[in-house]
Amino acid sequence: MMKHVLEFEKPVMELRDKIAELKRLTENSEMDLSDEIQKLEKRLEKLETDVYDRMQPWDRVQMARHPERPTTLDYIENLFTDFLELHGDRLYGDDEAIVSGIAKFNGTPVTVIGHQRGKDTKENIRRNFGMPHPEGYRKALRLMKQADKFKRPIITFIDTKGAYPGKAAEERGQSEAIARNLLEMGGFTVPIICIVIGEGGSGGALGLGIGDRIFMLENSTYSVISPEGAASILWKDAAYAQKAAESMKITSYDLKDLDIVDEVIPEIRGGAHRDIQAQSEEIKQVISQALEELEKLSESQLLEERFNKYKNIGEYTHLDL
Amino acid sequence: MLRDFFSKKKRYASIPSQEAKQDVPEGLMQKCPNCQKIFYRKELNRNMNVCPHCDHHHRMTAYERLEHLFDEDSFVEWDKHMISNNPLDFPDYEEKLEKDRLKSDLNEAVVTGKAKLQGFDTAVAIMDARFRMGSMGSVVGEKIANAIENARKESIPFIIFTASGGARMQEGVLSLMQMGKTSVALQRLHAEGGLFISVMTHPTTGGVSASFASLGDYNFAEPGALIGFAGRRIIEQTIREKLPEDFQTSEFLLEHGQLDKVIHRHNLRSTLATVLDIHSPGGEE
Repeated sequence: MMKHVLEFEKPVMELRDKIAELKRLTENSEMDLSDEIQKLEKRLEKLETDVYDRMQPWDRVQMARHPERPTTLDYIENLFTDFLELHGDRLYGDDEAIVSGIAKFNGTPVTVIGHQRGKDTKENIRRNFGMPHPEGYRKALRLMKQADKFKRPIITFIDTKGAYPGKAAEERGQSEAIARNLLEMGGFTVPIICIVIGEGGSGGALGLGIGDRIFMLENSTYSVISPEGAASILWKDAAYAQKAAESMKITSYDLKDLDIVDEVIPEIRGGAHRDIQAQSEEIKQVISQALEELEKLSESQLLEERFNKYKNIGEYTHLDL
Repeated sequence: MLRDFFSKKKRYASIPSQEAKQDVPEGLMQKCPNCQKIFYRKELNRNMNVCPHCDHHHRMTAYERLEHLFDEDSFVEWDKHMISNNPLDFPDYEEKLEKDRLKSDLNEAVVTGKAKLQGFDTAVAIMDARFRMGSMGSVVGEKIANAIENARKESIPFIIFTASGGARMQEGVLSLMQMGKTSVALQRLHAEGGLFISVMTHPTTGGVSASFASLGDYNFAEPGALIGFAGRRIIEQTIREKLPEDFQTSEFLLEHGQLDKVIHRHNLRSTLATVLDIHSPGGEE
């Protein structure tokens, strides 16, 4: 049985529990309920399709924040070999809200960086709930420069509610740290692949998010402000978060429609946490293909295409005079 | 006329709320929100919108800034007629844009173009907080990126005056991506040795602070401007403590090593000219 059940998937979970219960009964008594079980399993199949194929934006927000959702370190473990975590920005400290290091992907040396949430309260406190301070972004920058020097592709995992809104963060230049990464990521001559795996929260997400390919897991979100934040500003009430989630177009499919995301990576039905290995396999294929395509480009082509990718984002018109 | 003057004064004096005190409608007279003194609007304009009594830097519109800082009749505007769509079909967005277009006489929250400053050619972008709080949506990002590209192609310096509450919510993640667009454009300028001067004015926050505003070869600010990443209220709620009065002001940023210099508006033109002169090829021109 799952520990955390989201509101919209309750009917599925209830039916699953019921089937499990009947199976137990069959085992422990002479009653043969296999017909009944089979019927219910068919119904479950249909119900799962109904529920998970028709997820609303708000359901996806919940899924992106699911406590059991795989984190950067989970994917690193499943996607790479020889991962060596490297610490510190050489300026102030080591921000554990971002993990980074070198590794091999299908035998190719790469640099891997990602936001890191905790899996429990204790770890979340240590990792500041995956909300980085400036030193986190500067650690990432240091390792991206190293990647650029040694011609290693950069792969980033995005999963944060946002950069930490704190006093110390402001004093140490949260704005500059994020801004610097945006500029520098525009200029590295190695392929950069960014994958949103959970919440893509505003500038704090973008600070690791400038690249040649932007992918999103199906149930991840990417937004300029949290739905709660938008609701409290626009409608003066955080309770309108659901409405804000719909209005702001923050799901993977929305971003694909807006031509920001290159590809949506399909998720295991019921969410990535249902099968991390299988999910990693999906991601692995997408990264492999992207690397293969990008490695064919010359350095100047790579930069030109990256520039154009961002230059083309946006919608506007000209006044008729 | 004289009667109008007196009746107005009396009306202001009788308004008790703090909010109303700050909010004197535009007209003949103006009240300084800092020192509370009342003076002629003309007097303020002549003084580059700096309070003659307490030096408080009042807001400046984009065109006022052009007029005060750049050489007369040297400005050629770019992308003047570019306007926002409502790409997300966001409720009430079009009405809000229309209202601000009428109110400000601007088509969007930034004015860009080519202008001379003490004879030096520059590509310039001036944000105007009257339009949607100077927030950055697709048009603001595109106009700024175009100005940066023009600076690069023409090998002239790029100067920006920022005034913005951050990314524009109503264009959602498209607004967020404008931070990327402008910063990647700045990278290209930077790679070719182009000069970029950022002058932060009140207010410069959120996504604008966390992109081009902080990326100048020189980062300057006007005195007393609010500059920061996260909003004061959000920080106070997060850390559960009261922030110091001067938190996120220009002076606070200077003290914390985040700015090159805080420049009084009266000295802005001469300081910018000095920087441009030091960067000019020298001799030939």
